[in-house]
Amino acid sequence: MWQWFHKLGSPKWFFGIAGRLMPWLGWSALIVLTVGVVWGLLFAPADYQQGDSYRIIFIHVPSAYLGQSLYVAMAVAGVVGLVWRMKMADTFIASATAVGAAMTFLALLTGAVWGKPTWGTWWVWDARLTSMLLLLFLYLGVMALRGAMEDPDVRARASAILVIVGVVNIPIIKYSVEWWNTLHQPATIKVTEAPSMPASMWVPLLICLLGFHLLVAWLILWRMRNDILLRERRARWVRAWVLAQ
Amino acid sequence: MRSEARVPVSLREQEGGWLRAAFETVRREWLIAFRNRQDLINPLVFFVLIVSLFPLGVSPEPEFLRQAGPGIIWVAALLSILLSLNLLFRNDYADGHLEQWVLSPQPLALLALARVAAVWVTTVLPLVLLVPVLGVMLHLTPAIGLVLVLTLLAGTPVLVLVGAIGAALTVSLRGSGVLLVLIMTPFYVPVLIFGTGAVTAAVEGASIIGHLALLGAMLSLAVVLAPLAIAGALRISVSNG
Repeated sequence: MWQWFHKLGSPKWFFGIAGRLMPWLGWSALIVLTVGVVWGLLFAPADYQQGDSYRIIFIHVPSAYLGQSLYVAMAVAGVVGLVWRMKMADTFIASATAVGAAMTFLALLTGAVWGKPTWGTWWVWDARLTSMLLLLFLYLGVMALRGAMEDPDVRARASAILVIVGVVNIPIIKYSVEWWNTLHQPATIKVTEAPSMPASMWVPLLICLLGFHLLVAWLILWRMRNDILLRERRARWVRAWVLAQ
Repeated sequence: MRSEARVPVSLREQEGGWLRAAFETVRREWLIAFRNRQDLINPLVFFVLIVSLFPLGVSPEPEFLRQAGPGIIWVAALLSILLSLNLLFRNDYADGHLEQWVLSPQPLALLALARVAAVWVTTVLPLVLLVPVLGVMLHLTPAIGLVLVLTLLAGTPVLVLVGAIGAALTVSLRGSGVLLVLIMTPFYVPVLIFGTGAVTAAVEGASIIGHLALLGAMLSLAVVLAPLAIAGALRISVSNG
């Protein structure tokens, strides 16, 4: 167990294992997403109230879910980075920030597109929309801080602290905004309850969720590999690897 | 000038204890603040300027001002705090005082808390005391003005404590004014919501105890946790130089 943990801290080992994992992740993401999206957009039944417009849920819910959970994952990586000084933790934060921001932005965009036919407006200052917007600002803040810092070690520790402070605040922000104003329908998928939609709708949604996870894992590994190459550009193994390409 | 203020004895010597160190930190901050009076006045002028832009830019109607006034005052206070926090550790970083803090045997989190408390008294409290005057200009009733002052008294310490984390993180960077606003504004949203929520409740005749209690809860959480984060951030920033 600990040996595995130590290996995780080695850029060279991580670079190799990520390179072996990526084709699997990439292809399975492509297949699962194709199945999920085609099923959801073409074969799932139309909603009795919202008609076909609800179908954007197959993009909206997975991206919103990942936008939120990636921030928590970054905070976990931040703790790991501060406690064990693990290089790969900061590489993960660097790579996940942009992906998480993109997912949050996608959730906001699809939400606006969905809101137009359903609520009759592109944007309402509703609790869940507003807290997603604030989450996007949190991501942008991390990106801004990282962009302003040059020393890699300082950047790693500073962004770890910012992400941890952010994750302590996310529940406070979420509940205060919820208390402030709410119009959004409650969360579609809850672990603790049976889904409120028929199986013909939630099965493709779950497939899309899985597909998005695979896609995000692939994207993050890709970015992490690039980040490792950039950081370790003076190492002998990187030179050997680049020359072998 | 900063260099005129002497470095507290308790930071250099083991004796004196942490209470003395905290006291000396507050005393030093006050000495510096009253020797650089312009730094005390600037955030106040900024605050009044921002508030007076709204009647000019949106509408001078008493009806509108009565409705939007509390929110305008809260947002202006928030921005003015963020602006003045940019300078919170800047000079101390430049003249090496922060390094003495980190090296001193006293707990860094406590020194940071003392510094934040001193800054709140010197730069934010005058701002809160100006609010009744601005309330009259925005046609708020005296009762609403009083509620506004109460929420600001409970909420602005949270803003300073949380903002100080960002100030400590960005102190070693050049021109970080916009950066600090960018990083810290999302964290200010809960305080803003409950601060203005209390005023809205008071306007509607409802009890404000719940809102004040929530602001108090955030304040106690911030007093306990923020100094630790500030200390961690200061250690990182100092190790950078």
